[in-house]
Amino acid sequence: MFYLIAALTLAGALAAMTLKHLVHAALAVTVAFAGLALFFLNLDAQFAGFAQILVYIGAVAILVVFAILLTRGSELPREGVFSRTWFVGLAIAAGIFAVLGWAVIASAKALPSETAVPTANVHDIGVALVGRYVLPLEIVALLLTAATIGAVIVALHEKERAR
Amino acid sequence: MGSPLTGYLVVAALLFAIGLAGALVRRNAIMVLIGIELMLNAANLNFIAFWRYSPHPEALTGMMFAIFSIAVAAAEAAVGLGLVIAVYRHAQTTDLDKMNRMKG
Repeated sequence: MFYLIAALTLAGALAAMTLKHLVHAALAVTVAFAGLALFFLNLDAQFAGFAQILVYIGAVAILVVFAILLTRGSELPREGVFSRTWFVGLAIAAGIFAVLGWAVIASAKALPSETAVPTANVHDIGVALVGRYVLPLEIVALLLTAATIGAVIVALHEKERAR
Repeated sequence: MGSPLTGYLVVAALLFAIGLAGALVRRNAIMVLIGIELMLNAANLNFIAFWRYSPHPEALTGMMFAIFSIAVAAAEAAVGLGLVIAVYRHAQTTDLDKMNRMKG
């Protein structure tokens, strides 16, 4: 089960980053987001999994498709989709993965083994959100409000100024 | 490879590397934003995996961090794509290599 979801997620992410057509890439990244939601459900984090489905598959994917269509991203650029300095970027990413992978493998013995399935029902999460985590909740609410207003103002069609 | 956590951490590291490579390599600004989203999601996977195998999962710390992280990532995506659309309207391109007006 784990390997199946891992293959799905990584294939989606890899396809999203390599496909030439932006719309295809957006669909591939939706597959990757769905794989991550399955990971969360597999890890007994039902609330986070459904939040992932709602926010990423429901909102972010749609937003990305809208942005692609609004910027005429469905047309292929003549110069190719990858930057001129693609080799440097790939080398940096490979280096980062080597360091992260080394850190994970080196600390594998210290990691905890199989534990009991934790229970995190919506009631507990709600109590925690309005109890211990009430200040972050308020800050996130403010941030989301500011981001909504900001996104609208930034993307607002500017009136042609009279010259 | 005794712990089931190792697999999740390796997958998250690979996902982070793929997102980073995409953000560094792609020319289109929207694809760079998608790469950043993948990196954020890799971090979320780590949070959830550590929460699942932590000695005190009833504290809900990792889960809460992941939920707040999802909310912040949604705000980031909205503002980022709004900026891309605004820049496109101004420069008629989303190609980052062509946005070199401030180059000295």
